[in-house]
Amino acid sequence: MLRSVFTKPEKWKVFRKRFFNEVDYIVINSIPLVAFLSVFMGAVISLQTASNMSSPLLPEYTIGYITRQSTILEFSPTIISLIIAGKVGSNIASEIGTMRVTEQIDALEIMGVNSIGYLMLPKILATMIFFPFVVVVSMTLSLIGGWIAGVQSGLYTTETYVLGIQAFWYEDADGLYYALTKTVVFAFLLTAIPSYYGYYTRGGALEVGRSSTKAVVASSVAILLANYVLTQLILI
Amino acid sequence: MVEIININKSFSGTQVLYDVSAKFEPGKMNLIIGASGQGKSVTAKCIVGLHEVDSGQVLYDGRDFSAMNRKQRTEIRKEIGMLFQGSALFDSLTVIENVMFPLRMFTNKTEEEMRERAAFCLNRVNIIGKDNLLPAECSGGMQKRIGIARAIAMNPKYLFCDEPNSGLDPKTSIVIDNLIRELTYEYKMTTIVITHDMNSVMEVGDHIIFINQGRKAWEGSNKEIIRTENEEVISFVYASSFMKNLREKLINS
Repeated sequence: MLRSVFTKPEKWKVFRKRFFNEVDYIVINSIPLVAFLSVFMGAVISLQTASNMSSPLLPEYTIGYITRQSTILEFSPTIISLIIAGKVGSNIASEIGTMRVTEQIDALEIMGVNSIGYLMLPKILATMIFFPFVVVVSMTLSLIGGWIAGVQSGLYTTETYVLGIQAFWYEDADGLYYALTKTVVFAFLLTAIPSYYGYYTRGGALEVGRSSTKAVVASSVAILLANYVLTQLILI
Repeated sequence: MVEIININKSFSGTQVLYDVSAKFEPGKMNLIIGASGQGKSVTAKCIVGLHEVDSGQVLYDGRDFSAMNRKQRTEIRKEIGMLFQGSALFDSLTVIENVMFPLRMFTNKTEEEMRERAAFCLNRVNIIGKDNLLPAECSGGMQKRIGIARAIAMNPKYLFCDEPNSGLDPKTSIVIDNLIRELTYEYKMTTIVITHDMNSVMEVGDHIIFINQGRKAWEGSNKEIIRTENEEVISFVYASSFMKNLREKLINS
């Protein structure tokens, strides 16, 4: 199946149009949800860190530092990918599954169109290329959320929070590459798996619903497993 | 001409087609008829390559489709138009975009030329002024006609229609049958229609293949089917007492 996905498209003009439609549908449409989640999750991470830091030996800027590390290494790439897998995965599986049961995929095949490539490649590439930008937006907003929450509640000052965010960056900058590498892999998983489940749907409306559920579960599990493997390979 | 020679097909060890052979000539309405689950749709899907045959040959004007690779098949498929049972129009595209779709994928026509051709095809099937509707906003009969317009957009040599009358009232069914027949005669296409609609059989069946239990049980025309003594055909075509009486009257007259 993967060979068919990455086959040269029949018409580049059609592919380009579909690609940008998918960028809009999968990536741009996810930004409001990602922004909302990121601000609040960043706020909660910093508040929880602050509330658990009772030792006077730990400097106050540690709160900003921990918020930054949690956000960049885990929250933004992994949790946001899991949430998007739920939102986008069910959409993709039900869209392609419905096309299958209503013979639209057969119609593509009869015309001589490589249906797998036509349907899946724009989704997969659009997500792999542009989803990392969404994750960077998430990281930024999460840090802003942490700053607003902490300063608002008087737990730390802007200066100490910013100092924490900047702390040891020269040593930890690789974490950003690790996070973005993970994101590209997760982007592939959260589009390819639902596409597969949708494409191989057989039956009617009930099976489309089942495929959609299976797709979300399978892509979430795959993201968690990939997260473990990538962490082991890159960080350790 | 499309020819199938001794095609066999099985699914998970259960054989559904046994040595089916037939010739479908251009400019004729070729009908494959049979009861549900007897193998007529599988036969059609084997001909168009949606199912691979286990053995046997499918020839398009002498070109062995069953032995071709994907790229070679794509070339043949550009000469095929297909009308699906549920029309299979693309939900997210408007009526005119659906008809333009094959042109967009496989020709180098300009946007204007494609629109012109699509408008011509839609005109030909009597869909006028509905260009910007979505398929969901069209009736069943309209969807079938749009499906036909899309199928003929590339000037196909071969036209396949999978149960074109399913879900339609008798009057609309006749309109669709006549439209397919007109287009077949006009463009000299090799048309193969899968149906179990007896109105279609009697009205437009120039050449009929009857499939029963995965085997070709009878072959003839709509005139011959009235007088056939084949028990399997009689029990399928004249299933009701009304049709039996009608047959007797026709033979006696």
